[in-house]
Amino acid sequence: MSEAMLKIKNLNVNYGAIHAVRDVSIEINRGEIVTLIGANGAGKSSVIRAIMGLVKSRSDEMTFISPRDNKPVSIQGKPAEAHVKLGISLSPEGRRILPQLTVEENLNLGAYIRDDVNGIADDMEYVYSLFPRLKERRRQKGSTLSGGEQQMLAVGRALMSRPDLLMLDEPSLGLAPILVEEVFEIIRTINAQGRTILLVEQNAFAALKAAHRAYVLEVGTIGLSGTGSELLNDNKVRAAYLGG
Amino acid sequence: MNLNIFVQHFINALSLGSLYGLVAVGYTMVYGILRLINFAHGDIFMLGAYFVYFATIVYKLPWAVGVVIAIIGTTICGLLVDRIAYKPLREAPRISALISAIGVSFFIENFAVVVFTGMPRPVVQPPILMQPIVLPGDVRLIPLGILVPIVAFVLVGCLLWLLYRTKPGLAMRAISFDIETTRMMGVSVNRIIALAFGLGSALAAVAGILWALRYPRVEPFMGMTPGIKAFIAAVFGGIGSVPGAMIGGLILGFVEIMSVAFFPTLSGYKDAFAFCLLILILLFRPTGLLGERLEDKI
Repeated sequence: MSEAMLKIKNLNVNYGAIHAVRDVSIEINRGEIVTLIGANGAGKSSVIRAIMGLVKSRSDEMTFISPRDNKPVSIQGKPAEAHVKLGISLSPEGRRILPQLTVEENLNLGAYIRDDVNGIADDMEYVYSLFPRLKERRRQKGSTLSGGEQQMLAVGRALMSRPDLLMLDEPSLGLAPILVEEVFEIIRTINAQGRTILLVEQNAFAALKAAHRAYVLEVGTIGLSGTGSELLNDNKVRAAYLGG
Repeated sequence: MNLNIFVQHFINALSLGSLYGLVAVGYTMVYGILRLINFAHGDIFMLGAYFVYFATIVYKLPWAVGVVIAIIGTTICGLLVDRIAYKPLREAPRISALISAIGVSFFIENFAVVVFTGMPRPVVQPPILMQPIVLPGDVRLIPLGILVPIVAFVLVGCLLWLLYRTKPGLAMRAISFDIETTRMMGVSVNRIIALAFGLGSALAAVAGILWALRYPRVEPFMGMTPGIKAFIAAVFGGIGSVPGAMIGGLILGFVEIMSVAFFPTLSGYKDAFAFCLLILILLFRPTGLLGERLEDKI
């Protein structure tokens, strides 16, 4: 279980003069749920967007080791569309559902890189089994879904490329507490089925409970790291992120 | 007005409208994806007409061959325009690409003057397309008048099939809402943009060929007025919407032909009707007939 899937050394992201991410090093092992928590503006999304190739970044190393062939590939500087083919996918912050496409079309877009019609159909059934609500609404436009349903669709869409590493950016943002629990339950289910997950969350408590390991991001740098339960019991983390 | 004359006008309106529609579809596709008004699109249409003129009239190739050459040649030109004038400006403010579009339009027109001279050249129509068919009631139709709308509807039908039933079509619709998210799904955006330019140019080529047959001559500035009219049609139908562009084109064709048919004294104002239509739609329904409401764009 300790084989690395993603290795990042000294990642830096700049937006003009703002140094949003400073020398962040992260490692994710196969089969883990790793979470990146931190306050608003700490740079969590920047890290995940840099990994996905959506923002320009610098690093000493950004390597993805696909379990498909065990070959380390540098993903530094690669465009986002290349990442999906390697086996990385992202459910972005704000869900980014395509509002005029139907649920089914959104899911098909997630499977854009694949040509195996039967495999895509199987995975669509799999997504519908995770989120039965989406099946009911499969012919509806994305814009007609509720916030929770859109979040499910964003996660489902990210699964449609059959990723080895699934990255989730703020999947609980703006959801009612009962839905938050449901989303984390599903994240654990997806992980139990063998997918490695990088989870960026503001909801530190829920994220730490779900995660095997965690990194705490403080204004652009990693402040702390450890297992989920270690950090849950850490006084500093409790004071800063868990409300006492 | 007797039946014969009315049918003539109707067919004229239908074929003029579908030509506007074919060109308008190219405007709307590029706008939908890049939010760019491709001012050079009317000139791409002109190139289509010149390609077929040279292939069939000058080099005496059969029409079928000439049409294929014209479509391929024009499509390549359309792709080159994107590659040279727009692609380097993808990250630049939208106004830069717009200015580049105006520049490309002037360039193509004047380049055409240099290469082809400014003299209009007559197109010899294939007699088979011009032989009137006499229907009951002494209604006379020329085959070309019927061919134009049929070709246009079939092509737009194919385009809609591509947009709504194929993967590149799905990607194209997705890009028009959210480029970044579409990239995240593994779509190479530049390839899809090129596809939009290619398809738009191919349709403009067909429109240019049919236009050259209908008004049998070619000249370097022949794309200007139809280009502007087609742009108006695209805005009228709701820019970004392919069915809207076709409907806008047809409405514009009917307004132009029928206004002159019923009020011959107003024939000098023919072009003004198009602009009146544009002003009215912008005043009362700025998103056009089938345009998406702006708040739906995320």
